[in-house]
Amino acid sequence: MSDTLTVNASGLSCPQPVMETKKILDKTPSGRVAVLVDTATSRNNVARFAENKGWKAVAEEREGGYRVILEK
Amino acid sequence: MDKILTSRQGPLVAGGFLGAIAALLVFWGNPGNMGFCVACFTRDIAGALGLHRAGIVQYLRPEIPGFILGSFVSALAFREYAPRSGSSPIVRFFLGICAMFGALVFLGCPWRAYLRLAGGDWNALYGIGGLAVGALIGIAFLWNGFSLGAAERNPKAAGLVMPFLALVLLAFVFLRPLFGPEGTGPVFFSKEGPGSQHAPLLISLGAGLIVGWLAQRSRFCTVGALRDLFMMGDGYLFRGLVSFVVAAFAVNYALGQFHPGFEKQPVAHTQELWNFLGMVLSGLAFTLAGGCPGRQLIMAGEGDGDAASFTVGMLTGAALAHNFSAASSGAGVGAYGIPVTIIGIVVCLLVGFGCRTARA
Repeated sequence: MSDTLTVNASGLSCPQPVMETKKILDKTPSGRVAVLVDTATSRNNVARFAENKGWKAVAEEREGGYRVILEK
Repeated sequence: MDKILTSRQGPLVAGGFLGAIAALLVFWGNPGNMGFCVACFTRDIAGALGLHRAGIVQYLRPEIPGFILGSFVSALAFREYAPRSGSSPIVRFFLGICAMFGALVFLGCPWRAYLRLAGGDWNALYGIGGLAVGALIGIAFLWNGFSLGAAERNPKAAGLVMPFLALVLLAFVFLRPLFGPEGTGPVFFSKEGPGSQHAPLLISLGAGLIVGWLAQRSRFCTVGALRDLFMMGDGYLFRGLVSFVVAAFAVNYALGQFHPGFEKQPVAHTQELWNFLGMVLSGLAFTLAGGCPGRQLIMAGEGDGDAASFTVGMLTGAALAHNFSAASSGAGVGAYGIPVTIIGIVVCLLVGFGCRTARA
């Protein structure tokens, strides 16, 4: 887990969770990224955006929201 | 059905149903091309509660509490009820006021802008153009670091306020209490004009509940549709917008409700510049707040206290717009509609420039 980049987008309004995800994916050609969000809408938006960019997305529940794990 | 609504085709499917329901509500009695306009109906509710004195636009539209309750029940059923707030609620309140000022200069929220188009009201094209420009200005702020800050989770009970208020509004529309001075009020109902035109109460409520459920599951959002398309090239929500217009047009056409032209359109005026600028203001305010007015109501039902602040701002803005003669009518822009639009745009620009949160 030590090489996982984590982005905390929890509590941000649309479209900021996706923007935060875009910022880090633009700098990360491949690897493992965890995006923390607080709503199901943000979870789905982040996963859809990453999948459109060729990343594999898996969401898991966490205290106060979701952790979306992105891998490529 | 839920698999479809939450799939990539969810907004497309939901948009089709929403467009058809909106056109049917007009057939059943709602004002022309209004379907379930969030701005117009929030304005009617403000009037019904006596917050403004425009006698022709007073009715406790059951669709609005229906949206909130439909979303609330859906969010509970699918474990998405998540009370939260703390993302600059007072700023969102003022954005709600500004959004309503712009919408009442144009005469409709983004949903109605598209419903007007689907009914043949070509004045809506100026409004939709303004909406797109407002969204683009909002996007420029977002790319430059605009943020109202992060919300935090609240106690479960905190999210019950808006569903409770929705139930109170429904109780008022069913019971019609009359204990004010001279035997009128505290709830007022128009005897003529748009406020007197409405579908049967249970149909309106049922439609509101269904729309609330469909929109909660699919995340249907007319401002998000433009924003995501322009910002990310993501047409996910935009497909919902297209199906919304196509379905409303098809039902309008089939029912003889499609009347193309600029003149004599229902609850509309032909002042192009102010149709455009009114929606520039609205589009900017909605983009800064993170979603269209319908979406704000849906999020309020899910427990989002910041969206609730925005919707209460819209209610306040509706009352202020009429009390300050800023709301338009079929005759044209109100006496103070132009200065209020300009002030609203300036306020939103100040919010856009001023609200930034340093993030890594």
